[in-house]
Amino acid sequence: MTAIAASPGRPGMTAPARRLSLLAGTRNTLTLTWRSLLKIRTNMEDLVGLSLQPIMFLVLFTFVFGGAIAGNTHAYLQYALPGLLVQSVLFATLGTGLMLNSDITGGVFDRFRSLPIARWAPLAGAILGDMVRYMVSVAVMLGFGMILGFRILTSPLAATAACAIVLGFALAMCWISALIGLLARTAQGVQLFGFTAMFPLVFASNLLVPTETMPGWLQAFVNVNPISDLATAARGLMIGGPVGTAAWKSALWAVGIVVVFAPLAVRVYRRKT
Amino acid sequence: MTDAFEAEGLVKRFGKTTALAGVDLSARAGTVFGLLGPNGAGKTTAVRILATLLRPDGGRASVAGYDVVRDAHRVRQLIGLTGQYASVDEGLTGLNNLIMIGRLLGLPREQARARAAELLARFELSDAGGRPAKTYSGGMRRRLDLAASLVGRPQVLFLDEPTTGLDPNSRSETWAMIRGLVAEGVTVLLTTQYLEEADLLAHDIAVIDHGKVIATGTPDQLKTRTGGQVLEVSPDDRARLGEVAGILMSVTGSAADTDLQTGRVTIPVTGPAVLPEIVRRLDAAGIPLAEFALRKTSLDEVFLALTGHRAEHEDMRNADGRAAAAGAQTPAGDAVPAGAARDREGSRR
Repeated sequence: MTAIAASPGRPGMTAPARRLSLLAGTRNTLTLTWRSLLKIRTNMEDLVGLSLQPIMFLVLFTFVFGGAIAGNTHAYLQYALPGLLVQSVLFATLGTGLMLNSDITGGVFDRFRSLPIARWAPLAGAILGDMVRYMVSVAVMLGFGMILGFRILTSPLAATAACAIVLGFALAMCWISALIGLLARTAQGVQLFGFTAMFPLVFASNLLVPTETMPGWLQAFVNVNPISDLATAARGLMIGGPVGTAAWKSALWAVGIVVVFAPLAVRVYRRKT
Repeated sequence: MTDAFEAEGLVKRFGKTTALAGVDLSARAGTVFGLLGPNGAGKTTAVRILATLLRPDGGRASVAGYDVVRDAHRVRQLIGLTGQYASVDEGLTGLNNLIMIGRLLGLPREQARARAAELLARFELSDAGGRPAKTYSGGMRRRLDLAASLVGRPQVLFLDEPTTGLDPNSRSETWAMIRGLVAEGVTVLLTTQYLEEADLLAHDIAVIDHGKVIATGTPDQLKTRTGGQVLEVSPDDRARLGEVAGILMSVTGSAADTDLQTGRVTIPVTGPAVLPEIVRRLDAAGIPLAEFALRKTSLDEVFLALTGHRAEHEDMRNADGRAAAAGAQTPAGDAVPAGAARDREGSRR
């Protein structure tokens, strides 16, 4: 019944396929990852954000707070760099939501949804592309930190594990960001909502300062904040110290977040009109 | 032969607004089907349902025999869509935009690149192909968007107000492009507010207003259906326009439309019988004529007769479509600005 005589049809295709294979879906995802990465090249702000921002945070926090908090800047750098790594990657996850939001308001998602591609590919492609960005961001911060005098006191393997655990957690947070990006009406909405949710999580933690001087009620929050566990794990894996439960807890949190928010985001995305 | 696409009793509601209240459409393969109506009539909603972007609340629709809800994946392999808002990735170059679509459709890298270059050339974008789309002018963006919807060589192409906001030159280029595609066997669904556009391009037209189809037929059928013919008379001396109008009205018994700018009086006539009488009376009054022409009713007048209000015509004249485009800048398509558009209509009358 598709035999419309004059129709040119798609090259090399007879009857349209009923479903899409997982392999084809993965290929769609990789194409969309490529698209996301191409934007880094054409968008200068993106490149600046990815490389300059980690350097700025590192310099500011080390030299402004370092002396006051830890007595000298080097000691603070050792303490804070793993935390700053977590912070910059977490803030960067907002980019996922922003990009999805601009895709929706700009109509690009309508184009994707009218194409015979896997329904989850645009989301997965955006998130995969962002993972590459985070890796760049982590590499820049670690490299520049080394120039400032940061030293890994454990082993290269443990340090790699620290980066992996931070990236894994960011991957999970991406899905929350994606959900915000899908629900918000405007890019400003994404930023406002995202930052409001992110600031308490990032700053009410042991990311940048030891928790001992905080009031009890705040310590209670800091101790259940998964970001604290993540920072503890990253710190332990880089400069030594307790790792065990913190690493497991943050991994569990990451898995939990994906399990809840990935299906939610995909669902909202599918129903988006 | 299977219809290229068809819809039966489509219903779609957004909250309390009913965008479509039971719409039937069908298009023969290889033709242009014009969906004509003012802002907020439901055109975009109908297109989005046919293009699998929206699920209908009632009724059914199919493309090449495949149901748009149950067989959405198959339908997507057959269609191309260009919406009202150019949906290109602004951060990517024109070339990469098209390569991306080709790759998503499963073309190997080289073929995707070749197809992209071919389409850029066809739409006269080859020189700009290496620049990010955000540096493109409005017309270039539209062309890129159109090119993007053609990468997969669709059988059915949905064009939602493809010329809204374009300058006259780009508009006629778009028309030529549409004719070319139809000659290749593509079926085109064209929504438009411009009656002239539907008249020029469409083989069949459905006029839609308030979510309902209020008339269907070929442009000629529609024109004949609503009263036949129109007489246009211009006196040599514009000062005598009033006299001419008086004579025309007394002979035909209808209301005349006097246009001071063109110096022309227009009046509907039911048959040729009144013409000799009109000529005699004008002659007796000693009014020399510059123009005396009988023509079919324009779709514009048809629309007025069918809907009781004019199409978005003033926008078209005033700002060459820009005003009409600005009035529709809600991404939700024409479901939302419906009220606004109608309010404007109301105040105009």
